[in-house]
Amino acid sequence: MLTANVDRLRSDYDVVVVGGGPAGMGAALAAKEAGAEKVLMVDREKEAGGILLQCIHPGFGLHHFKEELTGPEYAQRYLEQVLETDIDLATDSYVLDIDKNNRVKLMSGRHGVREIETKAAVLAMGARERTRGAIRTPGKRVSGVLTAGLAQKFVNLMGVLPGNRAVILGSGDIGLIMARRLTLEGVEVVGVYEIMPHANGLNRNIVQCLHDFEIPLHLSTTVVDIHGQDRLEAVTVAPVDGFTPDLSRSQTIPCDTLLLSIGLIPDNELARQLNLRFDPVTRGPLVSSTMETSKNGVFACGNTVHIHDLVDFVSQESELAGHNAGLYVTGQQPPPDNVRLVPGENVGYCVPQTISTDRDHTIYMRVRKPMENCVLRLGDVYEKKIRYVFPAEMVNVKVRPKFLQNFHGDNLRLDVVPQEG
Amino acid sequence: MNATVAEHQDREISRYLCIGCPMGCRLEVEEADGDIVEVRGFSCRRGEAYAKQEHIAPQRMVTTTVRVENGLWARLPVKTTDAIPKELMWDLCEKLHELTLKAPVKMGEVVLQDALGTGVDVVSSRDMPYRES
Repeated sequence: MLTANVDRLRSDYDVVVVGGGPAGMGAALAAKEAGAEKVLMVDREKEAGGILLQCIHPGFGLHHFKEELTGPEYAQRYLEQVLETDIDLATDSYVLDIDKNNRVKLMSGRHGVREIETKAAVLAMGARERTRGAIRTPGKRVSGVLTAGLAQKFVNLMGVLPGNRAVILGSGDIGLIMARRLTLEGVEVVGVYEIMPHANGLNRNIVQCLHDFEIPLHLSTTVVDIHGQDRLEAVTVAPVDGFTPDLSRSQTIPCDTLLLSIGLIPDNELARQLNLRFDPVTRGPLVSSTMETSKNGVFACGNTVHIHDLVDFVSQESELAGHNAGLYVTGQQPPPDNVRLVPGENVGYCVPQTISTDRDHTIYMRVRKPMENCVLRLGDVYEKKIRYVFPAEMVNVKVRPKFLQNFHGDNLRLDVVPQEG
Repeated sequence: MNATVAEHQDREISRYLCIGCPMGCRLEVEEADGDIVEVRGFSCRRGEAYAKQEHIAPQRMVTTTVRVENGLWARLPVKTTDAIPKELMWDLCEKLHELTLKAPVKMGEVVLQDALGTGVDVVSSRDMPYRES
């Protein structure tokens, strides 16, 4: 059952996990396993599972479960594990605030407004979709303009269609997947428009979601105007040179729906309230190698920290965060980090931002531009050949203490450079 | 190579974009007299196999939703247990749209057996708990 009807809500916990998606579930389970006795997982929806529940397509779990699952299956497998434990689950509930004494203010449909003491917290709120305001699309403020993920919830969970004739702006994976979903549900998808000269989504989605249904993908083109009275009636699109639209070649397309698939940003309102230190590139909180934020006892994982492309890596990272939250409350914390990682050539960011030379680490990073036959360098202590890298695909590297034993500096630079010769 | 082309008049080249990994290799399948004579452009075995399968009989997994009454949500996500011929995708979705299920439903429960005679079942992708409407 995906609705754990757990009515218990204590006044104090060892670990409170904010968010019941894949990150929250992974963290809650790992915290419990590491020795935290009283664990609470909070989710604002009517059931735990997160965005996986509306991602009905396959492609999840190849790394983590070693088989290809749909989103709901991936969520249910995790939730079944949660329900086997005595983790408390508060659905229909929202964490309003965590104060400096780790007092959690909770608003809940079932429990009302409550204050809870906790020794540790794990932030696992996931991400939000960028909206029209984020890219400053001009035009009328009509209904029918919505984000692709919201449309996905309408179609896949609530059983309502957003309109009859749709244009999709942005070629991110959610947009491509929604192009197929809407088509299969009888909505006419006129085309996908992408401001960049290349598609943002995975090839498998370009082929299976667009080519299979003969939906055109227009690169280097964007929406420059939105028309209508109450409801969207048309959009104007124009080719771009760089980011400047060429309005002399614009074209107006009648449609009643515009889906935006223009990226995600970490949901970090709570992290901001907590005054955590942030990474300006990921726009999520800075984390140590134990996934601890700049505030002691507050951990973070999943899309709250940085945007992932595979849920499998969210699970991996969240188990680390939960494990360390469990160790924190049982007083078994590992020694603090002693090396700061510095993104260098063709490295946009890395997570975690610091490591310790005494243990194994997995470092996740994103490159700035595609590169073939390259080498990933960690200062002069470690290097690894990589056949290709893409900004859309997270790179991860395992670092072992033996590489670091002769390193005595404070800063370790990460570079992705072409192989020599 | 040019000589071979001249020998066979009904030689045909089909192009595919590989979906195996983010490299996105541009695949070419060359066919002569109804047989595949060469596959080009792949960087790995999986790519070569995909090109052949895609050329002979493209297949797809199908995921969609089915109407459900008295469920926690209005729609139940479903999937085919295996890939089916690509051209049957539409017919299958139409057939599934005719169904109305009643909650509760268990994950893995068969929603449509031997879909369109393919031997492939359509099953539920999750539990759908009962909810008073």
